[in-house]
Amino acid sequence: MFENEPIYQVGQLSTTAFVVSSLLKILILFTLVMVIVALLTLLERKVSAWMQDRLGPNRVGPGGIAQPLADGIKNILKEETNPGQAHNVFFTLAPMMSLIPALVTFAVIPFAAPLPTRWGVIPMIVADLPVGILFLLAFSSLGVYGIVLAGWASSNKYALLGGLRAGAQMISYEIALGLSLMSLFFVVGNVGLPEIVYKQQQMNLWFALQLSASFFFFWIASFAETNRLPFDLPEAESELVTGYHTEYSSMKFSMFFIAEYAHVLTVSMLMATLFLGGWDIPGWGGDDMLALDNGAVVGAEPAWWKTFLTLGAFVAKTFFFIMVFMLVRWTVPRFRYDQVMDLGWKLMLPAALVVLVVTSGTILALDAAGVPYLVGMIPVYGLVLTAVNAVMLGAILWMLDKGRVMSGGASIEEKRAHARVVAKFHKEEFPATAGSVTSTPPAGAESYGS
Amino acid sequence: MAAKTRVMKRPERKSSYVRATLQGMALTFRHLVSTVTTGEAATIKTMQYPEEKWALSPRWRGTHIMEQHEDGRPKCVACGLCPTICPANCIRLVPGEDDMGNRYPIVYEIDEFRCIFCGMCQEVCPVEAIHVGNHYENGEYSRDNFVYDLDRLMKQTHPSTLLWDPSDPAGE
Repeated sequence: MFENEPIYQVGQLSTTAFVVSSLLKILILFTLVMVIVALLTLLERKVSAWMQDRLGPNRVGPGGIAQPLADGIKNILKEETNPGQAHNVFFTLAPMMSLIPALVTFAVIPFAAPLPTRWGVIPMIVADLPVGILFLLAFSSLGVYGIVLAGWASSNKYALLGGLRAGAQMISYEIALGLSLMSLFFVVGNVGLPEIVYKQQQMNLWFALQLSASFFFFWIASFAETNRLPFDLPEAESELVTGYHTEYSSMKFSMFFIAEYAHVLTVSMLMATLFLGGWDIPGWGGDDMLALDNGAVVGAEPAWWKTFLTLGAFVAKTFFFIMVFMLVRWTVPRFRYDQVMDLGWKLMLPAALVVLVVTSGTILALDAAGVPYLVGMIPVYGLVLTAVNAVMLGAILWMLDKGRVMSGGASIEEKRAHARVVAKFHKEEFPATAGSVTSTPPAGAESYGS
Repeated sequence: MAAKTRVMKRPERKSSYVRATLQGMALTFRHLVSTVTTGEAATIKTMQYPEEKWALSPRWRGTHIMEQHEDGRPKCVACGLCPTICPANCIRLVPGEDDMGNRYPIVYEIDEFRCIFCGMCQEVCPVEAIHVGNHYENGEYSRDNFVYDLDRLMKQTHPSTLLWDPSDPAGE
């Protein structure tokens, strides 16, 4: 696989060094993630304020920087109220089930170039699982169990509706999410996240361009997966009070909140890794490296300063996606339920299938023709894929635009018109029973159907 | 039954979902950038409340004030008009009389929690002793603290309310 690549023998970590470095990585990453999630709640409020020409929180600490801390203390000290009819075990379990998957998924995302040390090479990823992204998909969709369970255990009809919506939405968009990842797997031929990053570096072109149609679907589906605003039907405060967490108070409520922002962070990191080259610094070959299991590094020579530079690149890309999440949340209003289902099943699913077939066909043809990844510095292989995907993305946007497939209020009117036609047909076919079938008797009628 | 719907024929640039979404995002982004770059003072109209406050009208009716003589006695003569006229029944007055025959309040309490700040006590007072004032921040930690006694009423420092004058309705 790496026959033409230079290999640097840095050395394998001893068992002790592996355990110590892994524990350190877990500790640092977990702390960082929790701090970033706390700051994200502040950033969300600040960004929304700026967009609406307001100030946002500015009382606690300079510029409101200590607001998350104050919120945390408040939520921990607050009285906890449990509804009398709620199922206590599941009611308590639900916030945990929502939070833990959101925190576990950070383990498989590589956040910087491998770090060479005296004791061997340390890959900058907590757990370099061979099943990388499959683990991630499994755990991120586990988060919806917490939401459904919360809705169900609350013994509240709005909470239940929120939970049901979360379940329906997750099922609808998980398919498009998986399908859009398939074409990426075909290009890479591997599901490990470091391999995906290395492949993008090798091809000298990020998958955001090569697989733009898949990227578009993944992006939309990730909004649905995180229950962020255009898809926040599970909590829809104007319809369902606040949906699944209506009955939750104090720290339990806060855990749902943390889980939501942890999901946003995960999905942003994931999109940066899958489609924007992860920790790759664009236009520079000095960071194209992959740590192997035997302690060797393929590609460029690893160095500690490269690790820090690539970490910066990764943070910048993640931050970009987080900002887009926030920009969309404070711009686009919530979809109606039927629009969400229409978009998921009538557009995303068939279109993602078509994209998958066309992309895989292109890959097959390119491989059969023996097209190299790079001719000089020009990514020929990637550019062909880019062209094919750009055409498909254009077609998808054309279909989305003006509701050529999915329409707004008109779709309800079409359904009503259809129902009228059916009713008329029914009346003509069965004139004797028509009255009792199509209309209920007026109030005060003697008996039904007489 | 049949609903009358008229489908408007609009040009595509006016009825495009994708373009409308992008336009909306551009608008919010412009506001975000302009607020961050030009500084908060230029775009933001929010008043920073405890530091900045609205100027009150001179006729704003708030927390009461009891006027006093130079020697520190209250001007109140315990005539009993204010507890009589008070529509919220929030004034408690126990009148007393010294050996010179001067009436004075032994107990004078106003429950600011019950008060509706109508200002009739000020209007009815024959010696201009009790006033409502230009002041509204009177929060307390317990309900009992809202009952202001005579000492507290005399210690209030905010300006008193200007009564409406029928001969000068515009306040000129």
